[in-house]
Amino acid sequence: MELIQQLVNGISLGSIYALIALGYTMVYGIVRLINFAHGDVFMVGSFVGFYAVTMLGVGFVPALLLAMAACAVLGMIIERIAYKPLRNAARIAVLITAIGVSLLIEYVTIYLRGAQPEAYPSTLLPDRNLELFGVVISSQSLFILGTSLVLMVLLQFIVHRTKIGKAMRAVSHDAEAARLMGINVDNTISATFAIGSALAGAAGVIFGIYYTKIEPLMGILPGLKAFVAAVLGGIGIIPGAMVGGLLLGVIESLVSGLGYSLWRDGAAFVILILILIFRPAGLFGKNVREKV
Amino acid sequence: MKKKRAAGVFFSLMLTAGLLAGCGGNQQGGGSSGGNGGGGGDVIKIGANLELSGGVASYGQSIAEGLDLALEEINKEGINGKKLELVKVDNKSEAAEATNGTIKLISQDKVVAIIGSATSTNTLAQVQVANDNKVPLITPTGTNPTITNKDGKVNEFVFRTCFIDPFQGTVAAKFALNDLKVKNAAVLIDSSSDYSKGLAASFKDAFTQGGGKIVAEEAYVAKDTDFRATLTRIKSKNPEFIFLPGYYEEVGLIVKQARELGLNVPIMGGDGWDSPKLVEIAGKDALNNTYITNHYSSGDPDPKIQEFVKAFKAKYNKAPDAFNALGYDTAYFLADAIKRAGSADPVKIKDALAQTKDLQLVSGTLTLNEHHDPVKSAAILEYKDGQQQFKTKVNP
Repeated sequence: MELIQQLVNGISLGSIYALIALGYTMVYGIVRLINFAHGDVFMVGSFVGFYAVTMLGVGFVPALLLAMAACAVLGMIIERIAYKPLRNAARIAVLITAIGVSLLIEYVTIYLRGAQPEAYPSTLLPDRNLELFGVVISSQSLFILGTSLVLMVLLQFIVHRTKIGKAMRAVSHDAEAARLMGINVDNTISATFAIGSALAGAAGVIFGIYYTKIEPLMGILPGLKAFVAAVLGGIGIIPGAMVGGLLLGVIESLVSGLGYSLWRDGAAFVILILILIFRPAGLFGKNVREKV
Repeated sequence: MKKKRAAGVFFSLMLTAGLLAGCGGNQQGGGSSGGNGGGGGDVIKIGANLELSGGVASYGQSIAEGLDLALEEINKEGINGKKLELVKVDNKSEAAEATNGTIKLISQDKVVAIIGSATSTNTLAQVQVANDNKVPLITPTGTNPTITNKDGKVNEFVFRTCFIDPFQGTVAAKFALNDLKVKNAAVLIDSSSDYSKGLAASFKDAFTQGGGKIVAEEAYVAKDTDFRATLTRIKSKNPEFIFLPGYYEEVGLIVKQARELGLNVPIMGGDGWDSPKLVEIAGKDALNNTYITNHYSSGDPDPKIQEFVKAFKAKYNKAPDAFNALGYDTAYFLADAIKRAGSADPVKIKDALAQTKDLQLVSGTLTLNEHHDPVKSAAILEYKDGQQQFKTKVNP
């Protein structure tokens, strides 16, 4: 019974990682950029949702949509200002810029509102506990899992069935060739950032509801964990991010459940190292040989 | 075009540098007008090194409010014709920043004494600097015993206004055994905090000595958000009581998640719980059946306490918590010592602080023992619908 409860705990934790990892993996898939500011966009989304609820007094759905919209805009601004001028620069320069952007967002937030934590209003979503054979499942965790799945399916649909998705795949394959074929590469990349950041915003609001406490540095650890999840599933692969996130959540819960709660974060990063050594393309990735 | 922009950047940098230099100059000027050691002139400078932002910002801000109120009152008359001036630095709830802050207060601002920090960990980071520079350091709320005594040796320049951890842990254990009548308990600590470990150790000692049994011992680290796995593990051991000596940010989440998992036993902690944020994070219902040991309660009918509550409400429009009260008391503790020392010399102030006896403060009557620790009583409070209710007072 304890084991099943731990699995349930792990899946609800993992669905949040999965939701953040979806945006991570998508941006990487299209522009080959590890956007370390993604976790901070998630934080901004959480705060936008919080202020929408407490100041504007709106309900859950409008708050979620507002947060997603604000993050989409933020994502596009970040891309335009920080990443676009570096598009032809060395990979490492862009990576360092991403870290800089991440710190900038964190400390601008602290400057604007202070570092003190904020508590999400608990009335936003009904919170009921279902009890099945001694295992407690909260309605909120089911809801989070549901949202992650819906967003993943939606994302798959956008990438594989729509025009912009086709453009994304083309840009990801070969940006120069795509440009020659008349695809507006800049707009496509902007759209990628908008969608990825909107997902992070949604994750922020959901995180706030589930874990109550939000603060300006809350994006760092979930951001890193989501990165591990994306690598675990195979970075750039959308179902991989989902599975990687869930798997990571379950592993963390089991590690804590065995009495090694202090090793939980360590375990996540050991997984990152192991996967990079033994299967760098991730669980869902195929080994692609570079053409010479 | 390019040149123009470069010139613009250059000049704006110059301007910033000029401004910064100007500020620095001003500050130094202020320091020298205060005189070396802050003794001369009409003001006595005292420093406050507090958690004004970061993980436990609510403590630092509460203490600062208490200090400001007390200094306002003290400065109406002044001390030996001089006014006290408070120089605040923010240690961002980080130990390294706390050390830096104290070095800055001593070397740049030339303060005669320092108040802070709120947590044991951050105070411990300042102890060495204060001792080496012979400037008294008073923590309003740092409860770890090693702050004032290390390996049987008293830290000459370090004092506190609150009681120490072993006392809190012992009081909690006695309360659990005698009032709640539980026989076994689980302990969940923040392994990154000296405060949490200290309370847990004394709780375990007193609880097992009183015939109780510890059935589970688990740990987390500050900044965690998901405790469900650890709580599930605790639940499987069926404890009748959980001792949770942590800080409000994590405690709020832990209590909430414990109740969600159906862990409805009484949960108890120390003064680290005391923050209005706790109620927001955990929720009113989840906090029912939880208890804390604390330095004071605004519900205590004592007239001195009620007078303070009234003055505080008039200034801040809210009821003071224990951190407000201890901040307020610390200012009076220091002011009393400066008055008795008759001088703003840090070493004389230190001697006067050490001899403090029967000083009437809001959080009780303060007498320092030979370890520089005050001997005073603790209050036990219960949360009912998000409100702290005064339950009982325990004397040492």
